[in-house]
Amino acid sequence: MTAIWDIAVLGAGPAGMAAATEAAQRGAKVVLLEESPAPGGQVYRAPPPGFVMPADADRRAGDGLRAALAASGAAQRLGVRIWGVGGGPLVPAGEAPAPFRLDGLDAEGRPFDLTARALLLCTGTQERIIPFPGWTLPGVMGLAAATILFKAQGMLPGRRVVVAGAGPLLYAVAAKLLKHGAAVAAVVDLASHGEWLRALPALSARPDLLARGAAWRAQLLLKGVPVHAGARITAAEGDAVLEAVRVQKLQGGPERRIEADSLCIGHGLVPAIEASRAFRARHRYEPGLGGWVPALDAEFRSTVPGLLVAGDGAGLRGAAAAPASGRIAALAALRDLGLMSSATHAVASAPHRRDFAQAARAGGAMAAMMALRPALVAAIPPETLVCRCEGVTRAAIDAALDEGALSMNQLKQFSRCGMGPCQGRLCGEAAAELLARRVGGREAAGFATGRLPLRPVPMDALLGEFDYADIPVPAAAPI
Amino acid sequence: MVRGTSPLRIPGIIRPAEISLTFEGQTLRAPEGESLAAALLAAGKRHLGDGPHAPRGLVCMMGVCQQCLVRVEGRLVQACLTPVREGMRVSAA
Repeated sequence: MTAIWDIAVLGAGPAGMAAATEAAQRGAKVVLLEESPAPGGQVYRAPPPGFVMPADADRRAGDGLRAALAASGAAQRLGVRIWGVGGGPLVPAGEAPAPFRLDGLDAEGRPFDLTARALLLCTGTQERIIPFPGWTLPGVMGLAAATILFKAQGMLPGRRVVVAGAGPLLYAVAAKLLKHGAAVAAVVDLASHGEWLRALPALSARPDLLARGAAWRAQLLLKGVPVHAGARITAAEGDAVLEAVRVQKLQGGPERRIEADSLCIGHGLVPAIEASRAFRARHRYEPGLGGWVPALDAEFRSTVPGLLVAGDGAGLRGAAAAPASGRIAALAALRDLGLMSSATHAVASAPHRRDFAQAARAGGAMAAMMALRPALVAAIPPETLVCRCEGVTRAAIDAALDEGALSMNQLKQFSRCGMGPCQGRLCGEAAAELLARRVGGREAAGFATGRLPLRPVPMDALLGEFDYADIPVPAAAPI
Repeated sequence: MVRGTSPLRIPGIIRPAEISLTFEGQTLRAPEGESLAAALLAAGKRHLGDGPHAPRGLVCMMGVCQQCLVRVEGRLVQACLTPVREGMRVSAA
């Protein structure tokens, strides 16, 4: 493809959909790239073609954004896997500046690339799960995974489920399980009742969320579901698959064994920053926003010219704040590209900045509930796997730290932690926290350098089909 | 053969017609287009392969964790990102 897009938007969740819609409606040439077969992101994930489910509030919100996107004229490339980024600051020293370049595989697995003058990252979040004994047993999955099973597949994670971890997803998942006739064996909440009470003032900005949360809690009470507040899962047990979990109060005391065929567990959400790391943008550590986030100005520009980041990938503020942040960033890109005057920009951006500030307050309170709890990391036993891809235990990480690993890059090189196909997305938080305890905090621990490919890709798909005769053979050097 | 009815599929949802696929040689039925990870879960197939020192199964459902890797026609894919199709031959990885 030789055309140069004005703006490429990576990720079609609420931020990406709103950003692409806003920019396309204002005449920009926009392409929106998404790994799933349909736009929506995880929160507004659409079911596959041919599945018809009763619409709930999330589904309607997602359908509204999808309809506006479809009408906007923005190009959509769905089911694509973007593995490479280039251009911008990644142009080799001494070469002329070039637009951003993205390399991907399309839905049929064929390679493609495109270039854009501005790049807006709306890559959202991934779930943090701090390891515990038995967390590798089949039947243990993320809270977010359970919500995706419900809304995108119409499927229950199990028939007798323990729901554990932190944040509002706990109660959302428990309520959905009850609604569809599954048994909730227990809710195990890291937060105490007091922590929830302290979050209430910020949540009052979003009465809809408060009402929904109250309804979820009421259903649990009604069905007599035991809620263990200020408690954690100490182990998952089973022969080949999950059969039971062990629960204990955070301050200690007796363990309780609860039988279950599924454990849905999540310790908060973490912004997905692979792409901004690969561009070597500056990042800062903000535990209240989920951890490492790109350093951004008030209109979501990163420290790399032309590279913007919006939505939860810019820091956790929730689905309600995401569309506003996407629109603010899209408008900033339009102005920076010279496609919009400063006066038009100021008028267009102002309402979204107000919306964002209001929605971000409630979202920020929820993000604080989901912040990493160092005590969980401290409690990981030596023999428990931290890095599942490479089989690295807590003890192996401690050994690498004893040998002098002082950064995430060194820890990766010493122990192979984070070197497998998940590229540190599943183990990175626990590993970084273990390192941080030795080097004086997460800032000092840093993060592993962003590396390509952003996602695993099959080598033959990248090479494509070729004939050996087509390979240029340089003339032999004179002897 | 594992039939397409599963206590994990939420009732009251209109689904496409069922197709047949195989996992480790066993025939399973699932609605066309369902996520392979969901179809395997519904059929009671939770153990999808083995990593170093631990079994692997469905964890994130969003293409991040790589724990649901299986082979379709011999090629590694993430089950959570792969829709099921008629005749698909799936094996543990």
